[in-house]
Amino acid sequence: MLTQASAAELAARLKAREVSAVEVLEAHLERIDRHDPDLGAFLYVDREAAYRDARRCQEALDRREGGPLTGVPVAHKDNLSTAGSPTTCASRILEGFVPPYDATVVERARSHGLVSVGKTNLDEFAMGTSCENSAFQVTRNPWDPDCSPGGSSGGSAVAVAAEMCPVALGSDTGGSVRMPAALCGIVGYKPSYGRVSRYGLIAFASSLDQVGTFGRTVEDAALAAEAVSGHDPRDSTSAILPPVSSQGVKSGTLKGTRFGLPEEMFSEAVEPDVRECLERAVESLVKEGAEVKRLSLPSTSLGVSTYYLIAPAEASSNLARFDGVRFGPTVGGDGHAGNSARTRGTLFGHEVKLRIMVGTYALSAGYYDAYYLKAQQARALMVAEFDQAFQDVDVLVSPTSPTVAFRLGALRDDPLALKLLDRCTVPANLGGYPSLSLPCGFARNLPVGLCLTGPVNRDEDLLRTAHAVERALPWGYRRPPMP
Amino acid sequence: MSISLDEVRHVARLARLELDDVELAAFHGELNALLGHFQDVQNVDLSAFGAKPHAVSLQNVWSEDEAVTGLSRDEAMRNASVSRAGLFIVPTIIED
Repeated sequence: MLTQASAAELAARLKAREVSAVEVLEAHLERIDRHDPDLGAFLYVDREAAYRDARRCQEALDRREGGPLTGVPVAHKDNLSTAGSPTTCASRILEGFVPPYDATVVERARSHGLVSVGKTNLDEFAMGTSCENSAFQVTRNPWDPDCSPGGSSGGSAVAVAAEMCPVALGSDTGGSVRMPAALCGIVGYKPSYGRVSRYGLIAFASSLDQVGTFGRTVEDAALAAEAVSGHDPRDSTSAILPPVSSQGVKSGTLKGTRFGLPEEMFSEAVEPDVRECLERAVESLVKEGAEVKRLSLPSTSLGVSTYYLIAPAEASSNLARFDGVRFGPTVGGDGHAGNSARTRGTLFGHEVKLRIMVGTYALSAGYYDAYYLKAQQARALMVAEFDQAFQDVDVLVSPTSPTVAFRLGALRDDPLALKLLDRCTVPANLGGYPSLSLPCGFARNLPVGLCLTGPVNRDEDLLRTAHAVERALPWGYRRPPMP
Repeated sequence: MSISLDEVRHVARLARLELDDVELAAFHGELNALLGHFQDVQNVDLSAFGAKPHAVSLQNVWSEDEAVTGLSRDEAMRNASVSRAGLFIVPTIIED
């Protein structure tokens, strides 16, 4: 089955002309038709554009041209601007918005021959951990449709896990790529801050946002990252570095690699069966010659508070642009301020409004020093601790999520509990570290994710290590229980 | 530290969010729950650390002063809520 093949396998078969780009696209679109009505991964599928792109890729392949992923389908999270097709951030405030330009990653994906099948669902403005905050639909986990796929890039994770495309793009501000990857049993990779352009990624928290990739294998996530990363003069925070290279990704070895296990991330807050699954995975790594060191990173206990002060503060500023004048619908009200307040109050969802409120409060006179400044100092402490740890170990290992996929609605009335799920993923965003989640086993028949985090700009090392871990773990690749 | 309902109303005004009483009450509860959690950061002595507004050290980036083509006016205006004659129509800001 074409839809079960990895992106790397598909690309090789396309290059050998055993199969055409149109056939590959057709197989994936059929899969979307069959399963997406139940799973709700996609907000928008543009068949016409996809066929046009596939035919163009085939012409390149016929001329023996094209790159490592030419003709391979991809899906884009719906907070990535796509010229000429709707981009909503799963928010009513952007309903009907059609960007006048492509995000750099979208443009690069196309120029590398990836064929976009559509835009995927997310928590509104990428604010959430369950994909339940979308204004438009709920996305379901292919391992158990009564469970959340995780968020915020839940749609992209489900599209890849359910074989509706082999690779997808998401964004990761506090774990939004790694968390759904873990809960859906696939690989999710957040590159170092600055390695991938944020131009055209609708901003949530600019010092933390990073575009990341999904695949069912480490190699696929690396290949997709290679296609979309690299310096972009249109993003002033873009690192002046070459694209993340996938070359040599398969050459990693565990022998002698030093893994650090922060005890705070294996605390009692982690479900016992998730912890056991991780411990078994770590034993497998040791058998392959890895060195494992248990260490303490006390500041990680402050991570959730630090993140939930900094991210909302930045969001309250970034989302000020949605004023009922420049984008999307307007509701009406008295004068400019009244119109803006009514439009925002009516069209933003609850979680977005909550975060804008938190951010506005943390930045307001009298509270700035107590909250925002304190959070920035805590960020400095955390980075100092992590940088110190990377003197002794090559990579940090933790659970991605302290739980497996939870039932839809189970945590909806407990927003703090949902936020606490991010405790293992937020440090990588606060420090700009590259971080990747890969499946490492099961607990209660649901996938468990293992998170690897490495030093800034050592993405290639992290990917090589992740590939070696993938080979060593007794996961194989299991498919979700769907036809 | 906790926040009063009046302060919640004030923050909503600063944030340009029109909220009804039911929402204000909900946010009042949720904000207090979050502020309670944030107490952990309040309780740590961080005086040895400077503020870190960004993940990695950034340098100012200069580009050549060259003219490049941007969006056309029509493209830039296409998503305006209300427009006329190539202009955004904005509600009254300054009263007579």
